[in-house]
Amino acid sequence: MAEAIVVEHLSKSYQDVVAIQDLTFSVESGSTTALLGGNGAGKTTTIAILLGLLLPSSGRVTVLGVDMLRDRHRVLPRMNFSSPYVDLPRRLTVEENLLVFARLYGLNRARERIGAIARELDVHQMLDRPFGSLSAGQKTRVALAKSLLNEPALLLLDEPTASMDPDTADGMRQYLAHYRQKTGATIVLASHNMAEVERMCDDVLMLRAGALVDRGRPADLIARYGRTNLEEVFLDVARGGSRTAAAS
Amino acid sequence: MTQPLVPHPWWLAALRRIAAMILRHVYLFRGSWPRFLDLTYWPTVQMTMWGFLTVFLAAKSNFFAQAFGVLLSGALLWDVLFRGQIGMFYSFLEEIWSRNLGHLFVTPLRPIELALSLMVVSVLKTTVGLVPATLAAMAIFDFSIYALGLPLIGFYLNLMVMGWAIGLVMCGLIMRYGMGAENLAWGTAFIMTPITAIYYPVAVLPAWLQPISLSLPSTHVFEGMRAILIDGAFRADLLLNAALLNLVYLTVGLVAFHAFFQVARRRGLLLNLGE
Repeated sequence: MAEAIVVEHLSKSYQDVVAIQDLTFSVESGSTTALLGGNGAGKTTTIAILLGLLLPSSGRVTVLGVDMLRDRHRVLPRMNFSSPYVDLPRRLTVEENLLVFARLYGLNRARERIGAIARELDVHQMLDRPFGSLSAGQKTRVALAKSLLNEPALLLLDEPTASMDPDTADGMRQYLAHYRQKTGATIVLASHNMAEVERMCDDVLMLRAGALVDRGRPADLIARYGRTNLEEVFLDVARGGSRTAAAS
Repeated sequence: MTQPLVPHPWWLAALRRIAAMILRHVYLFRGSWPRFLDLTYWPTVQMTMWGFLTVFLAAKSNFFAQAFGVLLSGALLWDVLFRGQIGMFYSFLEEIWSRNLGHLFVTPLRPIELALSLMVVSVLKTTVGLVPATLAAMAIFDFSIYALGLPLIGFYLNLMVMGWAIGLVMCGLIMRYGMGAENLAWGTAFIMTPITAIYYPVAVLPAWLQPISLSLPSTHVFEGMRAILIDGAFRADLLLNAALLNLVYLTVGLVAFHAFFQVARRRGLLLNLGE
């Protein structure tokens, strides 16, 4: 299977602070991969570099076969991103926001596409409401709708179900799984919801202090650390324990 | 798998992205009459104040009686520069305030396209803000700035371009230094007001200040405006000077905007701005 993302010896430092050190990994096309780690582990930094929002200090990043550091505008039309920590204009309605982004991605029949995605993600009833008037969970759904407008081949999600009630979050996970199956898209997500990661992801990259400390399928990681769920594995890694020590 | 995303030649795709960003600001104004009112309010108030001062001075002085529109035209043209610059800067701040910059820069939108869209939005805002003021000047003072004739187009364009150049540097400063640079950006235009010869000729300034004044494109515009209103002569050389200086200013503005954007990318500031 081809690789959607190839990261080679990626490092990022801010003066004396090392955010990422010598990170090397690849992500298979069509997979769902999680970046896991505590606060300051380097998840957001890695996603920002993958998106081209942040320049690394050194290393190489290839996304969908394109050198991200040299030619990111060739691949940006085929990617998208959603994060509860980045907003949309609050005074524009949901539909206006989606129309602007649809046009930025050069979509033909933008209204048709917005109507379809709004029905699929159950945001159609809020299309004429100002984005700023929505609840946190509704905003996350709209941001997700924005991120799917261009039917991206690579979708980067930061906390994709943050602030959603369990029922809505479950629906979103099902939708994302269906989307991946239908389009063959690659999904990379950063989440603190371990149950979500266990359920959605084929592969987990465990980060600590900017370095990749382990990776594998959720079930394999749980077995390797001798734990009963991914949350316990996460705690082992975040607290600096080794898998051997954890298993013993 | 996916829709054809960029089905057009690169220049048409770029134009569509620029149009999308203009549409974003049209939506914002369409839904907010206070914003629309805010655009027209200050230019009209300022014009009225200068208009009455002119009426008073014209009653006392032959010079002002003969060149009635000098102060009024200066005030209106200065507002073109000020509104052009603030129109661009304020539109950029809208993205910062709404914490939207991270979303914008992961789309195919290029920084230069964002800058071009901000320029167009500033033209729209300036025109919408100033046309009512010029109409009010006709109604209240029987004065039409449109009597300047075709050179008015040249004056307008030169002042807009200078406003864009300053606005681009300001936007860059915000990207680089965050909202801490906001106050500096607001005040930049006012630094120029004493030296750019809006209401008085360059010759009034001390000799050492005159070269500085003449290094500003706006100075040549205001000198050209007075040449028409006082001497009845169109000075093409002054308009050309302003245009050549603006070429340099705009280049510096675009380079600074791009350079600050790259610094913001290196420092990871694009995701955090506005927080």
